[in-house]
Amino acid sequence: MTDSKYFTTTKKGEIFELKAELNSDKKEKKKEAVKKVIASMTVGKDVSALFPDVVNCMQTDNLELKKLVYLYLMNYAKSQPDMAIMAVNTFVKDCEDLNPLIRALAVRTMGCIRVDKITEYLCEPLRKCLKDEDPYVRKTAAVCVAKLHDINAQLVEDQGFLDTLKDLISDSNPMVVANAVAALSEIAESHPNSNLLDLNPQTINKLLTALNECTEWGQIFILDCLASYLPRDDRESQSICERVTPRLSHANSAVVLSAVKVLMKFMEMLPKDLDYYGTLLKKLAPPLVTLLSAEPELQYVALRNINLIVQKRPEILKHEMKVFFVKYNDPIYVKLEKLDIMIRLASQANIAQVLAELKEYATEVDVDFVRKAVRAIGRCAIKVEQSAERCVSTLLDLIQTKVNYVVQEAIVVIKDIFRKYPNKYESVIATLCENLDSLDEPEARAAMIWIVGEYAERIDNADELLESFLEGFHDESTQVQLQLLTAIVKLFLKKPTETQELVQQVLSLATQDSDNPDLRDRGYIYWRLLSTDPVAAKEVVLAEKPLISEETDLIEPTLLEELICHIGTLASVYHKPPSAFVEGSRGVQHKRLPPRAGSGESTESPDVGQSGPSEAPPAVIPSQGDLLGDLLNLDLAPPTATVPSVQPSMQMGAMDLLGGGLDSLLGGDIGGSPSVTAMPASLGSAPAVGGGLGDLFDLGGGVGMPTGSYVAPKTVWLLAMKAKGLEISGTFARRGGIIQMDLSLTNKAMSVMTDFAIQFNRNSFGLAPAGPLQVLTPLSPNQTIDVSLPLSTSGPVMKMEPLNNLQVAVKNNIDVFYFSCQYPLSLLFVEDGKMDRQVFLATWKDIPNDNEAQFQIKDIHLNSDVASNKLQGSNIFTIAKRTVEGQDMLYQSVKLTNGIWVLAEMRIQTEPFLLSDLKCTEPRIVYANLLHSQ
Amino acid sequence: MIGGLFIYNHKGEVLISRVYRDDIGRNAVDAFRVNVIHARQQVRSPVTNIARTSFFHIKRSNIWLAAVTKQNVNAAMVFEFLYKMCDVMTAYFGKISEENIKNNFVLIYELLDEILDFGYPQNSETGALKTFITQQGIKGQPQTKEEQSQITSQVTGQIGWRREGIKYRRNELFLDVLESVNLLMSPQGQVLSAHVSGRVVMKSYLSGMPECKFGMNDKIVIDKQGKGGTTDDPGKSGKQSIAIDDCTFHQCVRLSKFDSERSISFIPPDGEYELMRYRTTKDIILPFRVIPLVREVGRTKLEVKVVIKSNFKPSLLAQKIEVRIPTPLNTSGVQVICMKGKAKYKASENAIVWKIKRMAGMKESQISAEIELLPTNDKKKWARPPISMNFEVPFAPSGLKVRYLKVFESKLNYSDHDVIKWVRYIGRSGIYETRC
Repeated sequence: MTDSKYFTTTKKGEIFELKAELNSDKKEKKKEAVKKVIASMTVGKDVSALFPDVVNCMQTDNLELKKLVYLYLMNYAKSQPDMAIMAVNTFVKDCEDLNPLIRALAVRTMGCIRVDKITEYLCEPLRKCLKDEDPYVRKTAAVCVAKLHDINAQLVEDQGFLDTLKDLISDSNPMVVANAVAALSEIAESHPNSNLLDLNPQTINKLLTALNECTEWGQIFILDCLASYLPRDDRESQSICERVTPRLSHANSAVVLSAVKVLMKFMEMLPKDLDYYGTLLKKLAPPLVTLLSAEPELQYVALRNINLIVQKRPEILKHEMKVFFVKYNDPIYVKLEKLDIMIRLASQANIAQVLAELKEYATEVDVDFVRKAVRAIGRCAIKVEQSAERCVSTLLDLIQTKVNYVVQEAIVVIKDIFRKYPNKYESVIATLCENLDSLDEPEARAAMIWIVGEYAERIDNADELLESFLEGFHDESTQVQLQLLTAIVKLFLKKPTETQELVQQVLSLATQDSDNPDLRDRGYIYWRLLSTDPVAAKEVVLAEKPLISEETDLIEPTLLEELICHIGTLASVYHKPPSAFVEGSRGVQHKRLPPRAGSGESTESPDVGQSGPSEAPPAVIPSQGDLLGDLLNLDLAPPTATVPSVQPSMQMGAMDLLGGGLDSLLGGDIGGSPSVTAMPASLGSAPAVGGGLGDLFDLGGGVGMPTGSYVAPKTVWLLAMKAKGLEISGTFARRGGIIQMDLSLTNKAMSVMTDFAIQFNRNSFGLAPAGPLQVLTPLSPNQTIDVSLPLSTSGPVMKMEPLNNLQVAVKNNIDVFYFSCQYPLSLLFVEDGKMDRQVFLATWKDIPNDNEAQFQIKDIHLNSDVASNKLQGSNIFTIAKRTVEGQDMLYQSVKLTNGIWVLAEMRIQTEPFLLSDLKCTEPRIVYANLLHSQ
Repeated sequence: MIGGLFIYNHKGEVLISRVYRDDIGRNAVDAFRVNVIHARQQVRSPVTNIARTSFFHIKRSNIWLAAVTKQNVNAAMVFEFLYKMCDVMTAYFGKISEENIKNNFVLIYELLDEILDFGYPQNSETGALKTFITQQGIKGQPQTKEEQSQITSQVTGQIGWRREGIKYRRNELFLDVLESVNLLMSPQGQVLSAHVSGRVVMKSYLSGMPECKFGMNDKIVIDKQGKGGTTDDPGKSGKQSIAIDDCTFHQCVRLSKFDSERSISFIPPDGEYELMRYRTTKDIILPFRVIPLVREVGRTKLEVKVVIKSNFKPSLLAQKIEVRIPTPLNTSGVQVICMKGKAKYKASENAIVWKIKRMAGMKESQISAEIELLPTNDKKKWARPPISMNFEVPFAPSGLKVRYLKVFESKLNYSDHDVIKWVRYIGRSGIYETRC
């Protein structure tokens, strides 16, 4: 019997013919017709026109035909909701069928039809099926609850299905238990705070029992669920580990990885001196190694996970270097991952073997792999000092091969080796110089120029070499230009007599003929340094460089901890937290490892490899591009240091002010304002304080002068799904009296975006863009660009609701998108808002009581001086201070961009809260502030 | 969980498309075709993220299978499931090919409906599935109630891999110990890495629900028995036992029992299946040793001499021996002389292939070749790929021995002695390479 013929009907009037066949009396013909319909559906043809005819075939005893009709229904019910109702009766009837397979089929299919009306009818049959006598029906019904929850969460809660589902965890059939666990885990993900799974020692015990009995897939569901449990103490932790370890011998790699996840997590709680701890460590290695004999795709998943495990607990696999040696016919993705792990495991003990391998790899075919291998040799040199000499000579051998990309990559890593071991291997410079002509990649050219500049005094013809680069100066990439500029200045400082002409030439090229501001600026700085104070220039340019770190590409410890909790999942494959690639509420929950056992012993046991990342994690080297771009070639400067914007984390007292209209103040509702969402979770109770006034004041305990107004972290304003792939997040800042809107534009679509423009609707304070939106280069897929848009307050005014609402339109080559956001009122507080004392007194009296508002701010532990300092950072000025009955009173003034004044009296009570009394020259506006300390 | 599952042919046409979750749209089908199947380069990662949708893909001959999701799924599980899906399809209709898939698309949809519910894998044991999903539609519609509940309890039950009431006139079982021995050796004869990955494959034709116990010369078990004061000479048994680095078992094996007592007990599926996999790295018997000698004579000539030595009992015979000696790309001509077997230069494969049908243990054979090269101005030196070898030997290179396989069936009246048992050892070359 062949079904392929169904794929070949392409005649015209096909739908019409099918219709006739579907209504045929002959059962066989009907079935044939339905098969044709399904085949068309598969290849993407629209056969929804046949809906009523297909549904008519549903009433049949033939189970095969029924399944086909159901398949059709699942696909098209959503587009024909009214017609779908026709099917309900059959479903309800089937749910009562004597054959459990049919009951299960009906309930399974019904859950897949996402039509509200059908969902209503689903409840009763589902309730029955959840208590069905047959386990096959129950296990199907358990999953159906999750389906229903996906369509209508409220309905599931109202109907009490969650409780029934919880009961199924105690079911006698292991598969029912497994499916119930899977369904509950999924539902719990969308209710982060609910105690839905309610894991306690009793339920855990039930799960562990079911673990021994259910299918391989069920074991995965249960293990993944176990991983989210937090044992009460180390004893419970150990007993769970003991019952999970047998899973490490399962043939299914996913079972093994999920078991590894549970063990890695619970191991945190075990004291290190425990014998069992050591046993467990030993037990983990063999299964991980076995995973490498699985199919290549699984090997890849395993290797990505091993990469994490090696960073977290290097001791587990430190003796297993050999299994990560690359095989000749491994797929490229496996090769690259293995190489990564080899570098991580490299140590003095195995370095000879590793180097021999790496040398072999450097002669392979795949360019990416070869480059990575060469780079790995350099990494070994930096990591294991004893091997440095061997590495350098290996690299020299590779340079002799004259293979272009090998040579270039080798030069880039040799530069790093020079940095790590100064004055040791400079003898090889001559060999490097021979290859000057073959370098065509910017990174390699820049590295070579750095070497020439750095060791100019030892290279006789350094000036000639650098001069040769100078000829095509304008055709070089920025990286090379900057490097060349610095190198020539270094050369000049070392050999001033012969190179004066050269340095002048490069300075003029950089400052006069270049339109790159970075290059020009650096040129000017050198020029002035050299002309005013050559000694200072020497100190700056030839400064001692800090050492570079041994470990590279380490994952940041908190992220690593989170990823360990996600072993086996996509997050561990991408090395990104789920929130980075999952849409909506799912997976946004951040998972943590349980707190370390025995806080007293934070040091690793002595047999741990020298690279235990748990304490004082080595700094992560920024990528090569940043290294060379740095002005003084101080490779360790973090890339953020060059960003001129004010970093929230750098502020001593960060502050966010949010004003609202008087009405909203009295209504006490600030739900959804940006400052609330941006608040650290530890301050969870704050929004309720002060009658819902959202000005919060994060005082990290510092007393220094405030350095500027608080800038809230960026929040997402425009979701990619609503804007054809363009995602915009942003925040507002006031910097040096200029209001700025900081935007991050991300292209999540698959095509390039260009032609950006922005416009604001009229708003309460007349905010308007002071210039065009500067997106100079097209935004390619998955690229993010940060722009700062200066704002003026001279635009048209219209009162908005709420007052600080701003409606924005952004245009690109695809479409125009609209969103609204709210800005903190503190944005509008001008720098000259300090009122004269006398004027303050007079104004205070003049303001009618109608314009006054009072509120309390709780849980602030600050004295008045600190508070006033913080507030001044946001242009809230303290005019006077008084002490009445041991309470400090502050009198403050604020001026808005439109000239409105706000006056405040603040009483700091010994009780940790503040009383604030506000008066305003304009009845519509009142600001509020809320001080909050951690 | 899995949001959808698509099967494509090599041109990127959809053969099967089953969507389980609302967040996966039809455009996902096209995105994968455009970004992965039609991409000219080789696959750089088996997981591809396109516009926030993740695609897990594997390829079987010309057919692509892709599982799609937008959530943080268990990645290992998705791949295991895809492999399982292939197994199930193969068990139903043989080779996975475009034609077979088109011919059985109704069946595949039925299977997909059963083994994946809302993206959660369900029971996927072919033994169980075949009881109620057949190519002839559901087996005889008017089933008895007992039959129905037997099916459902098997599908959901603890022993989902075996049905009740199996009967054979002759109770028989076949055990195959299949090993592949892997080696990477330096030109100087130093073992860089060597391991054996082995499988115990069992074909069981046993009546009822037999309880089986499998024993082998596992060092841990034998040492334990030695300590227990049995009559075995500890020195002797220690020598014969092997150290197993790690092993994994078919889901029928009671893992907790293995963990606590290291005994392998199970109720076997009917027919053929893989009981266990294991890996050893210590005391491996390397059946062959390859000694290469490559000499460059000037710029246009290479002299190659390779000696192979067999290293096992002289009474045993190795078969299907093949030695592959790579030649440079600019080879213009090759002259070969070998003592035994046949050797040929295959220009299309850039290698000299030397085949020997049979070779006894403790023997030695040699090939010498003169390779003439065209002068080139290619700067890149020829990266000498390793010399690889294929063979088959009738013993287990790891040293593994089956000690017993006991069968107990209390309800039926046959005992362990009535079962006819066959054991066979086959050692094959995995990646068996010597650098030159």
